Formats: sequence, structure tokens, C-alpha cells
Amino acid sequence: MATNSSLRLALLAVAALVAVAYPIVSGSSGSFLTIVWAKALPVLGIILLLQAGQVSFGHAMFFAVGAYTIGFVGRAMAGGELVLLLVAAAFASLLAGLLVGVFVVRYRYIFFGMLNLAFSMVLFSMLEKFIHVTGGSDGLRIARPTILGEAMGRAQYETILYYVSLAILALALYGGARFLDSPLGHALKAIKSNETRVEYLGISARLVLLVAYVASAVLAGLGGALVGAIQGIATPDYAYWVRSGEFVFVAILGGTGHVAGALAGAFVYEFIRSSAAAYVGDTWQMTLGIVLLAVILFAPRGIVGMAADLWGRLTGGSARAEPAPEEADAPDAPAREPRPLRIVGGGR
Amino acid sequence: MSALISARGIAIRFGGVVAADGVSLDVFAGDHLAIIGPNGAGKTTFLNICTGYLKPQGGTVQFKGRDILGSSPRAITRLGIARAFQIPQLFLEQSVRENMLIAAASQARRFAPFARLADIPERGDVEHLLALVDCADVADRKAGELPEGKRKLVDIALALALKPEVLLMDEPTSGVASSEKFTIMDTLVAALRERAVTAVFVEHDMEMVSRYANRVAVWSAGTISRQGPPAEVLNDPEVVRTVIGG
Ligand SMILES: Nc1ncnc2c1ncn2[C@@H]1O[C@H](COP(=O)(O)OP(=O)(O)OP(=O)(O)O)[C@@H](O)[C@H]1O
Ligand SMILES: [Mg+2]
Repeated sequence: MATNSSLRLALLAVAALVAVAYPIVSGSSGSFLTIVWAKALPVLGIILLLQAGQVSFGHAMFFAVGAYTIGFVGRAMAGGELVLLLVAAAFASLLAGLLVGVFVVRYRYIFFGMLNLAFSMVLFSMLEKFIHVTGGSDGLRIARPTILGEAMGRAQYETILYYVSLAILALALYGGARFLDSPLGHALKAIKSNETRVEYLGISARLVLLVAYVASAVLAGLGGALVGAIQGIATPDYAYWVRSGEFVFVAILGGTGHVAGALAGAFVYEFIRSSAAAYVGDTWQMTLGIVLLAVILFAPRGIVGMAADLWGRLTGGSARAEPAPEEADAPDAPAREPRPLRIVGGGR
Repeated sequence: MSALISARGIAIRFGGVVAADGVSLDVFAGDHLAIIGPNGAGKTTFLNICTGYLKPQGGTVQFKGRDILGSSPRAITRLGIARAFQIPQLFLEQSVRENMLIAAASQARRFAPFARLADIPERGDVEHLLALVDCADVADRKAGELPEGKRKLVDIALALALKPEVLLMDEPTSGVASSEKFTIMDTLVAALRERAVTAVFVEHDMEMVSRYANRVAVWSAGTISRQGPPAEVLNDPEVVRTVIGG
């Protein structure tokens, strides 16, 4: 429907306009939102991997690689230049993603998840133990870099970080959506439903997963670099498994069926975290837990799925990604559970 | 004439079950070879071996004179042997058209990360193939929503999208409504002839065999007990007793 898609485009434009105008109108540097933009990046990485049905419980390692990279490079260059630092962070996390990826893409499901966790814990303890290099648990200070050669005051720096994060996120969301719509992206989704057939089509499932893995590592690395730049410090906590779990949590909260889930999830998560912390003190984890429980029970497709349903109802169109139950129960429809990957046939 | 696929002395057993005990079988270029035999004889196992999914305990398999035992299904697919499955193997959460486009993209090696799958130049071929197996009407539905018969047909179309030199089909029309089975096979087999695709099909339906095969191999008790033109083999009293009548 033309009106439907142009309405959607208009909404997107309004959202973009609000995001761009926010620091100007509010007069604040929007640091809450900067964190949202930055943290949506690793979540997007998790969503990419989830397309293949794989969950990483270790992506905080790349988050840390990004943050420590700008720490180290910045220190070596006495502050450094933001653009250069971000490029370095992307490059370092790409390398790390390739290194770890070549190994983990050979595994699936629980083994994939746990191997990622194991790698991240190795990095975590290295960051803690090699005090002379990393600063140990005190962390590594990240000095304020110049931006395109200009030294910045604090407020100005934060405003620019806001826009840089927003721009990187917008690009990443667009690129992610394009990728998922490409032959590679579809092959990635195909791994989830039938890896055997993927191979029987002449496609290397491992290679496809590796591409997605490296992309997800770069996204996590950029997110870590931005959060590091905002907070002015990188600590071993950046690589801690709780943070890895948080990325997965936020992905499920936002909805794993669409790249926008990363943004929606990150926004709601940070919002609950900051407001619950203000109102109910240190029980904010409980609030989050209840929210996640509700999402899993009542809106398994996350916030984005919920929004799509609502949108469908409002416009009368069908924005549903799932068939309605009555369709699924049509007489010629087979059972909907996926068939086992048994291809040998065997006795019948 | 030299064989396209040449299996020699294939031996494989699963525990006490002997699926093949020194089987040798040639597939010649242009063949439409039917493999028949009782349930659990080892026919599917043979296809699994030829495509690298299973490794036999003994024997060799050559494709155009080149050893392919030990190669992966992916490598063998790339060499030009495509397979359709007894139990359809589809990407259930993606549309039928997307299933097909993935196969076509793989065949043409179109993996630019930001190109749209739906826009690949092979999309016309995909529509054509879907029409060929009478699945054009379900192109937009998720593969997981299709009835069994349609899934079988999409499964064959997926293999065809790979433009293979040899197509291995495992009971291609089991589950397909008998009202449309011959119509579809007529078009399919004509298309295979037109493209000079060599075909091997495992089949339980003797009407299909006599109609579409130029050669029949009878697989029973771990060996090939009989081989030859359908008219001869299907009338052999021994074959009638062990396979067809049984
Ligand atoms: N991977 C496997 N592991 C264990 N047993 C197997 C395996 N594959 C096949 N078999 C067994 O080997 C025998 C041959 O199986 P196969 O599937 O090849 O038979 P088939 O001739 O295709 O039968 P049908 O006509 O019923 O499809 C059966 O007894 C089956 O249970
Ligand atoms: Mg079989």
C-alpha cells in the first residue's frame, strides 16, 4: 500500500528530525540518548547472529576491544583524533572478530554461546591481570580526543559525540537492513531453518556465519568505543559476561525479527534502568526482569513486533510478520513445527 | 560411453543393517535411471553417499573420472550434482520465492553484501522454474505453510535452480496429489531432457518408472539384483515377487 509505506516513511522522518533536534531544543548534551545510540550497536550485532539462530554470550569482548583500543591509541597519541580512534576501534574489533570467529563458527547453539562466553572471560581476566598495560580493575582512562583537529570543551564534545553516535547507528541500521535483505542475509536466515540444505545449495554455512560474526564484532566494537569515549574510561567490566547477557536481553526485549529492535530495545532498557533507579532504588534489575518476562510471555516478537501489530491494527493493513492463527489452521496447512534435520530417510 | 557417476564396490552397514554390500552402479550421461527396491533397502543411503553426506566403509565413487568420496555435500554440489530429498529440506521460515532465489544466487555466486536478493538477474529463471513445478501460486507463502506435496515440488525446483549436470531425486512425487503428479512429471522430465540433465530417481511407483526411466536398477538386500530397460526389469518374475508385488 503506497499510503501505508509513505506514512511509515513520514514517521521515520519525524523520528529522525526529533533525534537530530533533541540536543538543540533541550539544550542538554543528550548523554542519555548518546548511550542509547551507542548501546544499540552491539545489540544490532546480536540480532544479526540471531538470524542464524545463534546466540553469543560473549559479545562484550568486542565491546571491550573497541573501548580499550581507543584508550590505547589515544594514550599513545596523547589524546588522539576521534575519527582516527573510531577507525582504529572498528579495525581492531574486525580483527578480533575474525580471529575468534574462525573458531566459533564451527559450533552451534549452546556450544557457540558458551565458546563466546569463554573467549570473553579470557579477555576479561587478561584486562584485570595485566595491570601495567591495562590499568587492571581501575581501568584505562580515555582522554578527550580532538575532533577533526579541533580541541573541544566538555559540552561541545558531548554534543558532537551525540551526533556521531546517532550517525553511526543510523548507518548501521540501514546497512544491517540491507544486509539482511541480500543473498548473504537470506542465507544467514536459512542456516537457522536448515543448515543441511544450505550446504546442499553449495553455500558454506560457516563462511556466511563468519561474515555476520565479523560484522557483529565491528558493531560491538564501535559501540564500546563510543561508550568509552562518553564515559572517559574503559574498565574490565566492559568485557564482563553480565554485559554480554545485557546485549542479548536487550535484543529480545526490542525484538529480534527486525534491525529496529536494537534501537527500540536499547531505548526502553536504558529508560527503565535510569527511571527505575530513580524511583525504586537498587531494585531496577527486578523491574527489568519483570518487563522481560512480560515481553517473552505476551509479545515474543519484542517491542518491534508489538509495534508492528499495533500498526497493522491502526492502518487496517497487514503488518503482521506471522500468519494469523486461522491461516495456520487452514485444512491444507501442515503441522507448523519445523521438521527434524533428518535427511537419511531411513525406514518409514 | 564412459559413466558420469561411477560407484564401485560400495559397502556400508549401520550396526547389523547392511545397506550396501559391494554395490557397483554406473550413471551415464543422458540417463534417466530409476532405482527401485523395498523399504529400507539402502536407496536413500546410496544418494547420501554419492553426495558426500555419508562415507561408506568401502568402495569408490567417481564423478567424470574424479574421486568424490570424502568431498563435502557442498563441494559435490559445486561440481554439478544436485539433490532433491525424500523428506523435503526447505527454509521453512522464508517464502518459497526466497528459497528459490537463495539457490539461484548461490548458483550464480551472487553474494554482494548489499544487493537485494529479490533483484538478482536470475529472478526470471526462478519464476520459470516455479511455474514448471506448478508452484507459482504459492511463491509468496512461507515454505513452512505449504502442504507436503507442494514442499516436495519446491524441493525439486531448488535442486534444479542449481543448474546441475546430474539431478538426484528421492521419490520425487511421493505426497504429490495423484491428479497432478503425471502432469508435473511430464513437464519436469521434458525440461530435464531439454537441458540435457542426467537424472537418477528413487521410486516406488512402477507407473512412474515405466513412464520416465530409460534404465532401472533394482536394489535389494544390499546389492543390485537386476539392471536393464524398464520393460524387461519390471516384468522379471523375481523382481515382481521381491519388489513390486511385495
Ligand atoms: N544414518 C543412518 N544411521 C543408522 N541407520 C541408517 C542410517 N541411514 C540409513 N539407515 C538404515 O539403513 C537402511 C537403509 O535405509 P535407506 O534410507 O537408505 O532405505 P531406502 O531404500 O531409502 O528406504 P525407503 O524406500 O523406505 O526410503 C534402513 O534400515 C535405515 O534404517
Ligand atoms: Mg529412501
